[in-house]
Amino acid sequence: MASTEAMSPIVEIRNVTKAYRRGGQIVPVLTDITLDIHAGEFTALMGPSGSGKSTLLNLIAGIDRPDAGELRVDGLDVTALGETELADWRASHIGFIFQFYNLMPVLTAFENVELPLMLTPLSRAERRERVELTLAMVGLTDRQEHYPSELSGGQQQRVAIARAIVSDPTLIMADEPTGDLDRVSAGDVLGFMRRLNDEVGKTIIMVTHDAQAAKMARRILHLEKGVLTNGER
Amino acid sequence: MLLKLILRNALRHQLRTTLTVVGLVVAVLAYGLLQTVIEAWYAGAQAASNARLITRNAISLVFPLPVSYEARIRGVEGVATVARSSWFVGIYQDPRKFFAQFAVSDNYLDLYPEFVLREAERQAWQRDRKGCLVGRQLADLYGFKVGDVLPLRGTIFPGTWEFVVRGIFDGSDSSKITRHMLFHWDYLNETLRKTAKPRMDQVGIYIVGIAHPESAPAIARAIDSTFRNSLAETLTETEQAFQLGFIAMSNEIIAAIRIVSYVVILIIMAVMANTMAMSARERTAEYATLKTLGFTPRYVAVLIVGESLAICAVGGALALLATPLAAELFKHFAGTYFPVFKVSTLTFWLQAACAVAVAVAAAVVPALRASRVRIVEGLRAIG
Repeated sequence: MASTEAMSPIVEIRNVTKAYRRGGQIVPVLTDITLDIHAGEFTALMGPSGSGKSTLLNLIAGIDRPDAGELRVDGLDVTALGETELADWRASHIGFIFQFYNLMPVLTAFENVELPLMLTPLSRAERRERVELTLAMVGLTDRQEHYPSELSGGQQQRVAIARAIVSDPTLIMADEPTGDLDRVSAGDVLGFMRRLNDEVGKTIIMVTHDAQAAKMARRILHLEKGVLTNGER
Repeated sequence: MLLKLILRNALRHQLRTTLTVVGLVVAVLAYGLLQTVIEAWYAGAQAASNARLITRNAISLVFPLPVSYEARIRGVEGVATVARSSWFVGIYQDPRKFFAQFAVSDNYLDLYPEFVLREAERQAWQRDRKGCLVGRQLADLYGFKVGDVLPLRGTIFPGTWEFVVRGIFDGSDSSKITRHMLFHWDYLNETLRKTAKPRMDQVGIYIVGIAHPESAPAIARAIDSTFRNSLAETLTETEQAFQLGFIAMSNEIIAAIRIVSYVVILIIMAVMANTMAMSARERTAEYATLKTLGFTPRYVAVLIVGESLAICAVGGALALLATPLAAELFKHFAGTYFPVFKVSTLTFWLQAACAVAVAVAAAVVPALRASRVRIVEGLRAIG
């Protein structure tokens, strides 16, 4: 991997703070986070439950907003965007992989992967070409007409990965992508994500509490009680 | 993709959707039938002519007017024709086989061009003192033919009365009610002369034909002023007002029917709202996922409203198709109570509007809620 130090970071986080209100009490989740992530990095965010790693991932993905601080992705201050602009921004810049796949049960694998492309100006034929290519990349060409309920957990997660990458987003965010998978399927999914990073140069940020999974990343960040510790690899 | 998601979501819980559709069909159908009942009630008034006035006893319709009034009414400026009519409540075979009977003067049909009678039958009727005319709907109902003897047991005018059917009149179009019978007022009067002399020479109402309908209020006032301070003061009104006055006697029943029809729609609205709320709640995480992918809150709202509209469209369409059949069945079982019982175009539109209103009202709250839920909260939701 080329040195990322010289390149400007794709994600710039400066003094970001986030707290939740629970039963009238303010519970701090992230405290004064400052972090840069460069293009092409495969970063794992580790930490115990409640450490704030998923919250940090959500902030970077633009599905939650910080209480204070700056958050820029590809030079754009995402905290300044309105709801509709943020939705448009997510559609073109973020690919999200969930722990429980979050596929639409009433849509086939093909249709699930096609979903993000519905927000693009691509023609039907162009969408079909892209979806078939992406499903081929994750090895599910023969399963494209199957509904999620007809697929194994590993296959569903591969569909979810295909959905996350089909629109060629700037960042791929994965929240415990192997948390619901057996070891073999988890290995397949992590191997594929690593190839995406190695071969295509995709920037991936993955939340995990599995040390084995984190080993697939090139950079590991540790969060504890909402604070980034210096345990960076 | 939007339509695909809407339709597949609608069919996701087939039992729930089927039961909701069945409920919608029943509710929209019931609404249509109740509306038709109300319209049937008003059918007579709607068919009323504005070229006819009705003069009756000012105290009440049950009190008659002297026959001597006829000539004086004819003398009022603007009056073209005057005909007599007396309500005759006779029982044909069984009280349930009710139909209206009127003792009328020979010129009665001149005032009702909407009832068409062949000239030969008209002459035959005029020649026969005991002759009567029956409407086509009535003739079809009981199989009356020209020449048949029609016996009636009198109630207001006691005794057994026998009439001979001399003609069958038709309506000028299908909306005209021809489920009544007409016979000679003179025959009634002559019989009363023999059996109940104090009741002779009396008329239930006068039907007044006027040449210029726009003069109706002035003519009505002129007729009533003619008989002011007499023993039998008159009340003259348009035929429509007269019919509506009849209907007003059933105002409470009509109001109750109207309320029931609205309650039926409110109930199905609650059922539909529950269905949509359950569906939307179960799919909270899916809607959050869609938003994560970049779909807007509005798209999520459209998904929910669209699903509600799809279910209501199916229910509403089935109800619209079933309504004419149900109306036929209703008419069959209602017997002679509703001579005209036809589902109007307005009722079809109202039914369709009800289905759309139910769909939108049921989806508004779940759609707003789903579109407003923050993504992170939605993703945590368990369906």
